[in-house]
Amino acid sequence: MAVSDAHTRDMRPWALLSPALTAITLLLAIPTCFVIVYSFWLRTAAGDEQVGFYLDNWIEVLSDPFYRDILLYTLKIGLITTVCCALMGYPAAYFIAFSKMRNKAFLLLLLMLPFWISYIIRTMSWINILGVSGAVNYVLQSLGIVAEPIQMLYNEATVILGLIHFLLPFMVLNIYVSLEGIDPNLNAAARSLGSTPFQAFREVTLPLSLPGLAAGSLLCFVLGSGTYITPIVLGGPGDGMFANLIYDAIITQLNWPLGSALSIVLLIVLGSVVLLYNRYLSLGQISKGFG
Amino acid sequence: MADPQHDPQHAVELRNVVKRFGAFTAVHAMDLNVERGSFVTFVGPSGCGKTTTLRMIAGLEDATDGDIRIKGQRVNDVPIHKRNLGIVFQNYALFPHKTIYENVAFGLKYRAVDRETARKKVREALQLVQLPHLEERVPKQLSGGQQQRIALARAIVIEPDVLLLDEPLSALDANLREEMRVELKRIQRELGISTIFVTHDQSEALAMSDKVVVMSEGWIEQEGTPEQVYNQPASEFVANFLGISNIFSGQVQAVSGGIARLGLDDGPELLGHPRDGRAARQGERVRLAVRAEKVFLSESAPSDDPAAVVLDGKVTAVDYQGQAARYFVEAGPLTLQAINPIDRRPFHEGQPVKLRIRAQDVVLLDADAHQSAAAKAAAE
Repeated sequence: MAVSDAHTRDMRPWALLSPALTAITLLLAIPTCFVIVYSFWLRTAAGDEQVGFYLDNWIEVLSDPFYRDILLYTLKIGLITTVCCALMGYPAAYFIAFSKMRNKAFLLLLLMLPFWISYIIRTMSWINILGVSGAVNYVLQSLGIVAEPIQMLYNEATVILGLIHFLLPFMVLNIYVSLEGIDPNLNAAARSLGSTPFQAFREVTLPLSLPGLAAGSLLCFVLGSGTYITPIVLGGPGDGMFANLIYDAIITQLNWPLGSALSIVLLIVLGSVVLLYNRYLSLGQISKGFG
Repeated sequence: MADPQHDPQHAVELRNVVKRFGAFTAVHAMDLNVERGSFVTFVGPSGCGKTTTLRMIAGLEDATDGDIRIKGQRVNDVPIHKRNLGIVFQNYALFPHKTIYENVAFGLKYRAVDRETARKKVREALQLVQLPHLEERVPKQLSGGQQQRIALARAIVIEPDVLLLDEPLSALDANLREEMRVELKRIQRELGISTIFVTHDQSEALAMSDKVVVMSEGWIEQEGTPEQVYNQPASEFVANFLGISNIFSGQVQAVSGGIARLGLDDGPELLGHPRDGRAARQGERVRLAVRAEKVFLSESAPSDDPAAVVLDGKVTAVDYQGQAARYFVEAGPLTLQAINPIDRRPFHEGQPVKLRIRAQDVVLLDADAHQSAAAKAAAE
């Protein structure tokens, strides 16, 4: 009797987890295994796929500096985006968390608002703003400041701009959650002991919000480094990121084996970043960002 | 108008201090002195304004009106970090990312204290709260009682002008709370530090304080020594808030030799002493209070005492409490509560008893401060 009780108790978490585990297994784990298998196949000159165990794709991906350079460039863009998001997101999160406004929920709602619109459409909206016949050029020309429209789009800066636009809410939410969790008495205690408002921020609020900042940064970095839509929509020919290589290989060249190998490389690189983070900072903080 | 006299001998002075939140007035025209080195307690139910007053003194809230002085100096516009106050919060508010040593040493960073002196002061403070060996731990590794002591050490190490304690014991369990109560009082005595303590717990207020300030709805109902507020409650609110009191309405029928003869409405007569500074006029309608433990029950008529009234009654319910019992007694039209120590065995339900009420224990009450103020405001 007691044994079977203990038994059902042990099974309960698994019962609750099973829908998610099933979904992850069917939709993520198994397809990933397929991708790994694909990466060892070969695409012949005739355009067929040759089933087998060939290392050709891997040798090409790991030895050609072209791929390495684009990977480094991707990580650089991801890093710049993350830093920009952190610098822009922290003050916003701080304002929402410590605002005396009664409608904090409204501010959070505003923050979530962009998620209601497709990421692709949000990205494309920049064309209407910065494009040759976009709003900014229209204003500049109407005011007679410039005679010819300025080409502002399709460069590295607009890619970063688009990524910030996409990722900033993730950063703000994560920082907000960790700021919101700080006991306001801690700041009061620091102030009563002699800290100026800035010293209290540096000594108490900032260190206690670092987990949120770290979690937000990880999300921004991983999502930013893995995207291909922003460079396609807002980047120029030289602004492709690593995911664009995968897109080209699979969609344009129909070279699934090569695309698979590239995918695995990106997965391993970004996965290592996540594992590294997990080693030093608890990832539990990230999930709070959505709560 | 001339600036009212302020005495630098007072650790804290409140003059006509008002706090409004929008249309709601949390603290009404409060006047109060906290003598240097004394232990003053604000006590009252939640929402009475005690914590708001403490937070205004601390600088965590701005006073809407009035003057707050610390050691004679007006501090209304002095930011909190320049007030030199030690605050202990209800939830301790230790810095979770710092060690115990860093927590206690925190305030010394902002004072001209060299490293060696700081180390010595932190050691002394930890010694004083009897936790000298936890320096390298972090708050999470400490029990609630230990965190409380560390919070106290952190507040006193900076040698504050005033120590402010915001319900510091309420998060502790009952046994620990009584222990900390004694401990806190010992430390306060030892340092001679002016202390303001906020609590909703009447026994804490009575046990620890030099002065008790009973508050209700933003008004001071009464301030005085624990004996004064307990034995001579100024108003019905105080009589009911501290301990258990029997409250009656009646009329002063005669006053002679400092003793008033009081006729209770449709009931017997009681004898009463007007409280110091409160005269009784013949014919005046009054409310009066008799503490439950001042209603003495006995089986037979007690010895004749000219300054006492003896009533016949019957026990209707018994609330047994170990060394004492609380009785509900019917005496004619009155129902009284009586708390008496138990001699051998308690009175039982239905037992006829004599109730003796001494004149010195019958207290004539004033109207509640918050009610008379409201009535005055309505009349204006």
